[in-house]
Amino acid sequence: MNDVALTARQVRYTNTAFWRNPQAAFFTFAFPLMFLVIFTALLGKGTVTLDSGLEFNQSTYYVASMSAFAIITACYTNLAISVTFQRDAGILKRTRGTPLPGYDYLAARVTHAILIALILVAICSAFGAIFYGADIPTGVALMQTVAVVLIGAGSFAALGLAITALIPNAEAAPAEVNATILPLLFISGVFIPVENAPKWVDVVGKIFPVRHLVEAYLGAYYGQPLFDFSWRDVGVVALWGVAGIVFAARRFSWEPRR
Amino acid sequence: MRERVIEVSDLRKSYGDVEAVRGISFHVERGEVFAMLGPNGAGKTTTTEILEGYRVPSGGSASVLGHDPARRERSLKERMGIVLQSTGIDPFLTVAESIEMYAGYYPSRRPTDEVIDVVGLSEKRDTRVNKLSGGQQRRLDVAIALAGDPELLFLDEPTTGFDPSARRNAWEVVKNLIAIGKTVFLTTHFMDEAQYLADRVIVIANGLIVAEGPPASLAGRDQMRTRIRFRLPETAPHPDGPVRRLADGSLEIDVDATDTTKAVHDLTGWALDRGVVLESLEITQPSLEDVYLQLTGAEVGM
Repeated sequence: MNDVALTARQVRYTNTAFWRNPQAAFFTFAFPLMFLVIFTALLGKGTVTLDSGLEFNQSTYYVASMSAFAIITACYTNLAISVTFQRDAGILKRTRGTPLPGYDYLAARVTHAILIALILVAICSAFGAIFYGADIPTGVALMQTVAVVLIGAGSFAALGLAITALIPNAEAAPAEVNATILPLLFISGVFIPVENAPKWVDVVGKIFPVRHLVEAYLGAYYGQPLFDFSWRDVGVVALWGVAGIVFAARRFSWEPRR
Repeated sequence: MRERVIEVSDLRKSYGDVEAVRGISFHVERGEVFAMLGPNGAGKTTTTEILEGYRVPSGGSASVLGHDPARRERSLKERMGIVLQSTGIDPFLTVAESIEMYAGYYPSRRPTDEVIDVVGLSEKRDTRVNKLSGGQQRRLDVAIALAGDPELLFLDEPTTGFDPSARRNAWEVVKNLIAIGKTVFLTTHFMDEAQYLADRVIVIANGLIVAEGPPASLAGRDQMRTRIRFRLPETAPHPDGPVRRLADGSLEIDVDATDTTKAVHDLTGWALDRGVVLESLEITQPSLEDVYLQLTGAEVGM
């Protein structure tokens, strides 16, 4: 079998195993939706005044930002923790002893994470359209949104694999993964819009990929006149993804460090 | 001479200042069960993992099926099956699914049901891995290693943690592998396991080989002295010769292995002549365990 067939086959097994753990699957999907409802209930009554002077409902803002959050959860947080657990359980070491090329195995994990992200974004969008009147884009905007989701999901999955190289064992995984992502979620406009935030939040946030993913998603999903869609944001996210792949290729470990 | 499937020469491996393997040489021939016996920490797993391609040696050379295992070539991995000392399987797949998944990585495969049958898991075919007992998961490990129809099988302490009957079952599995023509490289710290399964054994202690040979004659075991032990009624006379009285009151005679037949004949003849009953008569050769403890003595109790 060639690499594509081997990877596709591995995605099927990963998917079978994923759905057989119904609680894990349920919370993977419920989590971003839960946040969407909570943030909208607490902070979503008002409007945000954008730099352009236009006003924007916070509830619809959260539909987009929680979609970005869903991508990050599925591809960065969940993938990194799950791979670390598999590494501790010896599943990665076993795989390493078979003829399956390591990159085929990892490509399958990344592909599956991207599929989950797509489902999550679809759920958030449907929920937002039904309950918060956030229209689902069509035409070019829809294509741009799909591009943002795919590139964002792929990039954050690459970063998820990269971070596992810095995590010694599964016990340390949730703490390290959350410590790297939670602060960024707060300063990047995922939970709280950063339109009126202090300067340093703006500067620091723009270094990392989370802020760019949120802005790319808002731009693609709602577009003009509220937001500008810029491929530059997508490019920054993709660059981080490439950096993640390069780092993971050099440093990924198939066995836990104790 | 049969083909050498594994050839190891002056192999060394250091972790920092610690030399886990300190220059060992041996070879494994096609179709044999080769056992590496030694206490925990002797260097067994390090050696095995070098042969499997997980570790790179610090010195010396290792060749597996004509390849350098450190290069991790796919063409080599397609020809060997590995049962690691501790390893996991996705808990949410069934026995049959797990075997099929791993079998799919190999160019040649054995039918899934045949493999399940070899390890005796037919009843658990459609059971999920997380519902299997520890012993059943270990048998699934072996099944997965067999799924790609490898020529060479590595079994690193395959029965550690088994109860005695599960161990017997596992041994039958290994015997079945030999019957279908596999070469098996086994590590164990159970003497009886090596004795029952292996054609040849090396004993390793502190990173060095301290003995090698077939289990029956390992370290001159077949040349060692035989021990004859029995009890006599209080009133009975003593036999002549060098007889020791043990703390529990029984008597013991040591004889050269070659003289055993005559010594037993003399003793029983003596007893018959006098109408004495030799109670609890035992004739024992030194066990592999005796030899092993003697060889690895310094390391035992670590």
